[in-house]
Amino acid sequence: MRRLAQLVPILLGLSLLLFFWVRSLPGGPAAALLGERATPERVAQINRIYGLDRPVWEQYLDFLGRAARLDFGVSRMTERPVTEELVSRFPATAELAVVAILFAVGLGVPLGYLAARRHLTWIDNLSVAGSLIGVAIPVFFLGFLLKYLFAVQLGWLPPDGRQSPRLFVDHPTGFYVLDGLLRGDPASSWDALRHLILPGIALGTIPLAIITRITRAAVLDVLHKDYVRTAEAKGLTRAVVNRRHVLRNALLPVLTVTGLQVGLLLSGAVLTETVFAFPGVGSFLVDAIAARDYAVIQGFILVIAVIVVTVNLLVDLGYGLVDPRVRLR
Amino acid sequence: MPQENPGPPAETPEPLLRVRDLTVAFTQRHRRDQVAVDHLDLDIPQGSTVGLVGESGSGKSVTSLAVLGLLPRRGVRLTGSIRFGGRELLGLSPADLRTIRGKDIAMVFQDPMTCLNPVLTIGTQVTEVLHRHQKLPRGSARERAADLLDQVGIPDPARRLGEYPHQLSGGMRQRALIAIALACRPRLLIADEPTTALDVTIQAQILALLRDLVTDTGTTLLLITHDLGIVAGTCDTVHVMYSGRIVESAPRGPLFADPAHPYTAGLLSSVPRLDAPRGTRLVPVPGSPTDTLPWDNACAFAPRCTRADALCTDRAPHERTEGPRTLRCHHPLSDPAPDPAPDRAPVLAPGPVPPTATGGPNLLPEDVA
Repeated sequence: MRRLAQLVPILLGLSLLLFFWVRSLPGGPAAALLGERATPERVAQINRIYGLDRPVWEQYLDFLGRAARLDFGVSRMTERPVTEELVSRFPATAELAVVAILFAVGLGVPLGYLAARRHLTWIDNLSVAGSLIGVAIPVFFLGFLLKYLFAVQLGWLPPDGRQSPRLFVDHPTGFYVLDGLLRGDPASSWDALRHLILPGIALGTIPLAIITRITRAAVLDVLHKDYVRTAEAKGLTRAVVNRRHVLRNALLPVLTVTGLQVGLLLSGAVLTETVFAFPGVGSFLVDAIAARDYAVIQGFILVIAVIVVTVNLLVDLGYGLVDPRVRLR
Repeated sequence: MPQENPGPPAETPEPLLRVRDLTVAFTQRHRRDQVAVDHLDLDIPQGSTVGLVGESGSGKSVTSLAVLGLLPRRGVRLTGSIRFGGRELLGLSPADLRTIRGKDIAMVFQDPMTCLNPVLTIGTQVTEVLHRHQKLPRGSARERAADLLDQVGIPDPARRLGEYPHQLSGGMRQRALIAIALACRPRLLIADEPTTALDVTIQAQILALLRDLVTDTGTTLLLITHDLGIVAGTCDTVHVMYSGRIVESAPRGPLFADPAHPYTAGLLSSVPRLDAPRGTRLVPVPGSPTDTLPWDNACAFAPRCTRADALCTDRAPHERTEGPRTLRCHHPLSDPAPDPAPDRAPVLAPGPVPPTATGGPNLLPEDVA
């Protein structure tokens, strides 16, 4: 509960920072809208229309008041409410993030575990080298690489979008994979999933590398703990020792790091979605920044921040479930 | 002249644990092997309480890990024979060893603060061994676990089962570990420095507990320690280990009353005594365990020995039997002291031979019958 209360000042501070940062961007919405035709009179006119001529603190209080009611104003680009834009795009990014994190955890934990069990063998060396490359490679470069190789050259997977053009279906939830299953149309689910694979891999590579390394380090650490020796001295089977005594303890740091990755994932989504023309929150945000669409920038970033903070809070709470020492403190 | 003794007489029945010629070497590429246990022979008869004493690095813990099959498989060279209940343990598959560990041979380790899994309840950690070896269903395993905790003197055992290690004190944790070790009524219990990490008052309690449990259940106990004070109150037989070999083995009484090996004498004179006159200084064994020679053609203890001479750095002493004890020394204290000739001066400059060493020290008089 105390942790929940801590969210309020964090989000307030963030909104303040965000609000003034957006307004400090060179050029304003008027300049972006008018381009070369901008004259001081036209700019002033447009600023008056959007209320940008009022004092900044007044605009901020206004923004805050409406944000508390989940009203972030209207997008200048699409003339639709920001909240509506967010709702229609959020599921795409969420699907992408889920695929990326599943890829990172699903591959990273076994890989890190294997590397630790085969410490100082070629598997271990390969995982260390691989994870080094994984964190070093830029997301957009990897995205282009994957797209070129698997979509353009080999033609195995679609290069962009969320679903194939010829498929037209309505989307009750906006989660395409889920929608297909709900309507009893697994083919469209499969199609949506195929569109998620390449961007998911591109987005999940850095988290994969980090999770592999953390898992490896954590397992190596736990393997030398006295309580693992105790477990061995009990004559427990290998599977029980590994699962109950080694992994259970080694996954504690992995859980924390995975939570931290969610923030990284959402910022990575901006790049990934742009590369794969994936109609999610990230690609829309890039457009909004280019158009100085203040309402969209503020609204989207604030919501992303709320998500990151909430996920980390959930991880902290989840930590208490697996580690009794945290729970009781 | 004492006779050479190549091994125990053939007619004695085979002991519960019979270690022969056990060598454990840690190997590393481009390095010389580190021999931790060097052609060790050790017998532990059924129902006895045996002490294995030595300072850090003497190989006593490695010996116990070898018996349990807990040494890492890579980087360790293990030769010789370890027979337990007539069955050879060396060369058994890991899966077979797992059926023996925790069931027939159990172990209590040094540091109870780190030996329990912090994220599992005490109940889980006790019942998992019952479940593994006795196939007890959940309910009866929990009942039995509560009984076990009660047996080792943990108050309110039913509640403790649901608690985590960090909620228990060090002494309570060691009791829990003893309960785990005794859960399947093992034939051999190895306790490796079971009290070293505990407060002195708790040490006495844990030792008393171990002694009582061993007596009650008839479990054979191998007590590994660097502290002769602990051995004095607990063990029937004491083996003193130095640099991977046993240098003196004797029943408790003779060992404490009349140590024959200079190293045993040195250990005894470095233990503080309540009945010593005021102002008596403790006499440490000079040097450190790293001042050692390989056993191949020298006595490993020679560099630190007050009685060492040219013979000691030239030939390894054989094991020989003198009455109730076996001994590995060229110049035991039972022999007349060697001449103080220049070539017999010790390699390291030690103090004079401690008077207690030859004067028959009596460490804890009430304990040595």
